[in-house]
Amino acid sequence: MKIAISSKGNTLESATDPRFGRAQQFIIYDLDNGTHSTFNNTQNLTSSHGAGIQTAQNIINAGADLVITGNVGPNAFNVLNSAGVKIYLTSGLTVQEAIEKYKKGELENVSSNTVEGHWV
Amino acid sequence: MRIAIASGKGGTGKTTVATNLAFYLKHFDNTDVTLIDCDVEEPNSHIFLRPDCQEPKVITVPVPVVQEDLCTACGKCAEICQFNAIACVKEKVLIFPELCHGCGGCLLVCPTGAITEKQREIGVVENGKGKEIKLVYGRLHVGEAMSPPLIRAAKEFSPVTADEIQLIDCPPGTSCPVITAVSESDFVLLVTEPTPFGLNDLKLAVEMVRILDIPFAVGINRSTADNNIVQDYCRTEGIPVILNIPHDRRIAEAYSTGKLILESLPEYHEQFSQVLGYIKGVLS
Repeated sequence: MKIAISSKGNTLESATDPRFGRAQQFIIYDLDNGTHSTFNNTQNLTSSHGAGIQTAQNIINAGADLVITGNVGPNAFNVLNSAGVKIYLTSGLTVQEAIEKYKKGELENVSSNTVEGHWV
Repeated sequence: MRIAIASGKGGTGKTTVATNLAFYLKHFDNTDVTLIDCDVEEPNSHIFLRPDCQEPKVITVPVPVVQEDLCTACGKCAEICQFNAIACVKEKVLIFPELCHGCGGCLLVCPTGAITEKQREIGVVENGKGKEIKLVYGRLHVGEAMSPPLIRAAKEFSPVTADEIQLIDCPPGTSCPVITAVSESDFVLLVTEPTPFGLNDLKLAVEMVRILDIPFAVGINRSTADNNIVQDYCRTEGIPVILNIPHDRRIAEAYSTGKLILESLPEYHEQFSQVLGYIKGVLS
């Protein structure tokens, strides 16, 4: 099972990025073997509209089964939810800490968007 | 002839200049004029012209519809979409109509013909006559983000004719809606105010008009004798300042009751006469 964590850097020690659609990077962590890879999100960081939708699409294409991030808007939620990707929230932790918390079942699972859309 | 009245910063007086210039043309210069209010997110020229409006024309944009039995979820539509309006996940295509620009790219690339278009209403074009001035204006529905198609529709509603002058009251800023409004104009009058914000946004607007390569000049609203930041900038850049509307309380009082400057204070006609004289000189 793969987890996509929004991150400000490309290591497990990096801080999690509270933004989803415009997160700087994503770390794709494989729970089965403990390996991880990174995924640059610069393209969506600078897109004018629909960053959440495209980021969600990319994460799904990367094979993630769940997402750990700070907030998720309505469009991103819609795309993730359609693909059955579960969403967990975190704030102020490193990527590694967030993964550990998830493993212990301490992260909040959300069943709707947590923030409103920006403009559209 | 088509003259666009634009600005970088909002609230500098585009509508004040556009409506008064229209009034000047009709009532002081005996020229037929159509004013097209392209500030479709918050049109306000009609507040000053009070037209008797005809039936509004509904404006729509095309958005894709997916026929699921034909769709193979190949993802080509999501790939071609430059506006992130389509996502393709787990055998399903999701469409976000508010983000769609109606380009039709998804229809072209769909290998199975699963995509058709339906029309989505984004606003209306109003038209009428007020104070003997023809007014056309777009009114975008609340919550809509896509104003350029409505701006195009407002402009197409009333094509330029040889025997009238057309004025375009533009939206503020320098992005797509402004480009759409300003395009195909013969001249642009950039209205600003002598404040740091006004100057900063004027510089952006000047860059925009230079790229569009349309002749332009600057008008200063709420101008005061002791503040020359806009004049200094224009002098350095070699941009003519062809209109100065002073910071006059009586103008604000007229405005607050929905009156034009030239209705309450006809002595200002000289200012608008100069604007017209300059533009005609440049374009002749």
